[in-house]
Amino acid sequence: MTSNKKLAAPLSADVSRRGFLGGTAALGITAASTSALMGRKAYAAKKGGHLRAGIGHGSTTDSLDPATWENGFSLSMDYTLFNHLGEVDHTGGVKPELAESWEASPDAKTWSFKLRKGVEFHNGKSLEAEDVIASIQYHMGEDTKSPAKSLLKQVTSIKADGKNEVVIELESGNADFPYVISDYHIAIKPSKDGKIDPTGGIGTGGYVLESYEPGVRFMANKNKNYFKSDRAHFDQVEFITIIDLAARQNALTTGEIDMMDRADLKTVHLLKRKPGINVMETVGYKHYTFPMRTDTAPFDNNELRLALKYALDREELVKKILRGHGVIGNDHPISPTNQYHADGLAQRSYDPDKAKFHFKKAGMDGTVIQLSAADAAFPGAVDAAVLYKEHAAKAGINIEVVREPNDGYWSNVWMKKGWGACYWGGRPTEDWMFTTAYAAGADWNDTFWKHDRFNELLLAARAELDSDKRRTMYYEMQEIVSNEGGVVVPMFANYVFAASDKILPSEQMAGNWELDGAKFAERWSFA
Amino acid sequence: MAQIMKMVAQRFALGFLTLFVVSLIIFLGIELLPGDIAEEILGQSATPETVAAFRRELGLDVPAHIRYVEWLWNMLQGDMGRSLANKREISELIGLRFGNTLFLAVTAAAISVPLALTLGVLAALYRYSFYDRAVNVVTLSSISFPEFFVAYILIFFLAVTYPVFPSIANISDATPFWEKVYKVLLPALTLTLVVVAHMMRMTRAAIINLLASPYIEMANLKGLSRARIIVKHALPNALAPIINVVVINLAYLIVGVVVVEVVFVYPGLGQLMVDSVSKRDLPVVQASAMIFAGTYVLLNLLADILSILTNPRLLHPR
Repeated sequence: MTSNKKLAAPLSADVSRRGFLGGTAALGITAASTSALMGRKAYAAKKGGHLRAGIGHGSTTDSLDPATWENGFSLSMDYTLFNHLGEVDHTGGVKPELAESWEASPDAKTWSFKLRKGVEFHNGKSLEAEDVIASIQYHMGEDTKSPAKSLLKQVTSIKADGKNEVVIELESGNADFPYVISDYHIAIKPSKDGKIDPTGGIGTGGYVLESYEPGVRFMANKNKNYFKSDRAHFDQVEFITIIDLAARQNALTTGEIDMMDRADLKTVHLLKRKPGINVMETVGYKHYTFPMRTDTAPFDNNELRLALKYALDREELVKKILRGHGVIGNDHPISPTNQYHADGLAQRSYDPDKAKFHFKKAGMDGTVIQLSAADAAFPGAVDAAVLYKEHAAKAGINIEVVREPNDGYWSNVWMKKGWGACYWGGRPTEDWMFTTAYAAGADWNDTFWKHDRFNELLLAARAELDSDKRRTMYYEMQEIVSNEGGVVVPMFANYVFAASDKILPSEQMAGNWELDGAKFAERWSFA
Repeated sequence: MAQIMKMVAQRFALGFLTLFVVSLIIFLGIELLPGDIAEEILGQSATPETVAAFRRELGLDVPAHIRYVEWLWNMLQGDMGRSLANKREISELIGLRFGNTLFLAVTAAAISVPLALTLGVLAALYRYSFYDRAVNVVTLSSISFPEFFVAYILIFFLAVTYPVFPSIANISDATPFWEKVYKVLLPALTLTLVVVAHMMRMTRAAIINLLASPYIEMANLKGLSRARIIVKHALPNALAPIINVVVINLAYLIVGVVVVEVVFVYPGLGQLMVDSVSKRDLPVVQASAMIFAGTYVLLNLLADILSILTNPRLLHPR
C-alpha cells in the first residue's frame, strides 16, 4: 500500500478487494462464488415483468426495523428497498455503493467516505451526510437493540465534512472497515432532526415499497429514479413467505412463483430433472460448528478438544448431511472463498487412533461426553450429532447426544451447555469473523476461548495494510484456532436455490448471502 | 322463551369466565416458556446489552402480574394493544387474518355441510348397502390421514399432475372475490375431507336411531316412501345431535386449520398465532387465543340454542 488513494475505488472500475487493499493484482480475482449454471445464453437483461420469489423465511413478527433483521426475508427486503455505503460483489470484494469512494489514513484509523451525488430517497429527499450519520448512529449507543452495535463499538467519532462527506474515526486501525460499515443492518434511511424512522420503508434502493404484510408478502415497484441505471430490471417484485419446503418446491414447479431459496437437499436431484427449472449453488461463508465451552471442564483441556476433532469423519458429514452440497472444514471459521484462507494448513482428517491417543492423554478414559443438538442449530444437526457419536465410538470415546427442543435453542442451549451444535452465516473478512466469535471477551465468543498470541495477532492484522504481512498473520491465526481452539468445524455449506428458466440470474453471483448476496431483485431479470 | 333467554344469559356469563381462565392460562404458559420476545427476535445475535435495551423498549422489565392486569384492563375496554414485535395494532393485524380464516372456513363449510348431510341421509336410507359401506370407508380413510398428507395428495393430483388449481392459496385483500374462491378451493377441499366423516356418521347414526321409534313405524304402516319418511319425519327430530356435531366441526374449521394454512401458504390466523407463540409476542397470542376461545364458546352456545329450538324437550332435562 503505497498510497492511500488506492483505497478509493470508483464503482465503474471492477476493483476487487485484493486489488485495493494490497495492490497485489498478480493474485487476480478468484471468484468468491461459483455459479452452477450450465449452458447459459449470452447475458442480456430484459426490462420489466413481475417477479415472484418464494422465500423460506419470514414471520408475522418481522418488521422494517433494521435492528431486528435476522432472516433471509428481511435481508432480501433490505437489499431491495435500501442501499448501504458499500456492497459486496461476486469477487467477495466490497465496492462503493452510496459512497462514491473512500479513503483511509495511513494507520487505517480515520476513514472518510465521499457520498455519491444526486442520489434521491423514494420520497424525493436527496441523500446527505446527515442521513448516513443518523442511520449509523441508530445502531450505536446505550439504548440500541441492534446486533450491529458490536461492530460499531470501534467507532469513536462520526461527523460530516460538508454535505457529501462523512468522516469516521476508529479506536484502532481497521483495514476492513468498508466491509463493516456495509453490514446489512446499516441500511441508509432518510433522517429527520438527526434521527431515522426505524420502521419506515423509505430508502434509496431499486424498488419503492408498495405493501408489506409481515410473514405473508412484500411488494415493491421499480424506482424510476434509481442511481444505478443498469440494475433493478423488474417492474414489480413480490416476495412470498413460504416456510413449508414442499409447498415452496411445488409452487416453483407449478409456476406459482419464479424462484425460491433454500432448496431441499434431499430432493434437489429430482428438482434438477424437472424441465424449465435451474438449480443454482454458491459457495459462501456459511459453516456448521460444534463449539465447546473452553472455560468449563472437561472442555478446558486441549487434549480432549483435539481428541474430539480427530474423532469426526467430516467427509461422511458432508456426504450425508449436506448431500455433497458443501466442503469439509478444518476446525477454523475461514471459508475457502475468503481472501486469506490458509490453503497450506494440513487438513485434519478422521483418525480414531490419534483421537484415542489424545483422549487417553486427557485422562478422560471412560467418561461420557454430552453433545447437545437440535435442528434449530442447523438442518440435520441432530443426525450429524448421532453420526459424530458413531465415529467417536470407534475411537473409544463415548458421546451422549442430548436432543434439545428447537424452541429457545439459542437462549437456553447455545453458549450455555458445554458442547452443542451451532451454525454461522460467516463473515466476508477474517477480522470480522474472528472478532465476532473468537476474540477474548467477544459477545458471541461461543467457545469462551482466550488465547494471548491469537488476540495479539488479531489487533496487529486488523491495522496492517500490507497484504502479505496480513496473510502470514491470518494463516497463523487459523492454525492456532484449528489446533487449540474450542470449536469443531466439520463443514462449509453451499447455498442451494432454484429458479424457473424464465429468470436470468447475474452472470457471476455473489456468495456472501443466499440468492446472489440476497440482491437478486436488483441484479436478476427475466430472460 | 324466557327460559331460553335465561339459559343464554347464564351461558354468556360462563363463557366470559372461560375466556378469563383461558387468558390466565395462556399468559402463564407463555411466561413459563424459555426466553422472551427480546431474546427470540434477536435470536443468535442477542447480547445481554441489546436484549436489555430491547426489553426496556418493550416494557418487559415490568413484573408479569402488572403486565397481565394492564392487558386485561385494556382488553375490557376493547383495546387489544400493539404487537410487541412490530408495533402494529393487533386489531388491524388480526382483523385481516381472521377475515381470511373465516373465508376459508365458510367456503369449506359451504361444501362440507350439505355434502355430509346428503351422504349421511343417503347412507341411512340405503343402510348396509354397497353405497353405505363405500361412503364409510372413504370418509373414514380421509379423516384418518394427517391433514398435510391429504393436502399433499390433493396438490399432487389437482395442482401438479392435472393443474386445475394453484398449489398455493396466495390471496391478498386485492384479490377479486371469485378468484379468491377459486384459490381457496384446494384447502377447502382438504378441510372437507377432514371433517365430512364426522358429520356424515353422526347424521346416519341419528337417523338410524330414530327409524326404530313407533312414529316411524306408523309412517311405514301408512305406506309412505322410505325417502319421505327419512327426510320429513326422521330428519327434523334428529336435528339436535346433527347440529351439535356440525357446529363443533365449524369451530374446528376456524381454529384447527394451522397445518392446512402452512401447506397452502394461506395467510390465516393460525399461522399468526404460531409465529407469535414462537416469538413470545404475548399480546398477539392472547388476542388470538381469546378469539379462538370466544369462537368455541359462541358456537357451542349457538348449538345448544338451535338444538333446543328444534327440540324444546331438551329444556327440561329428566
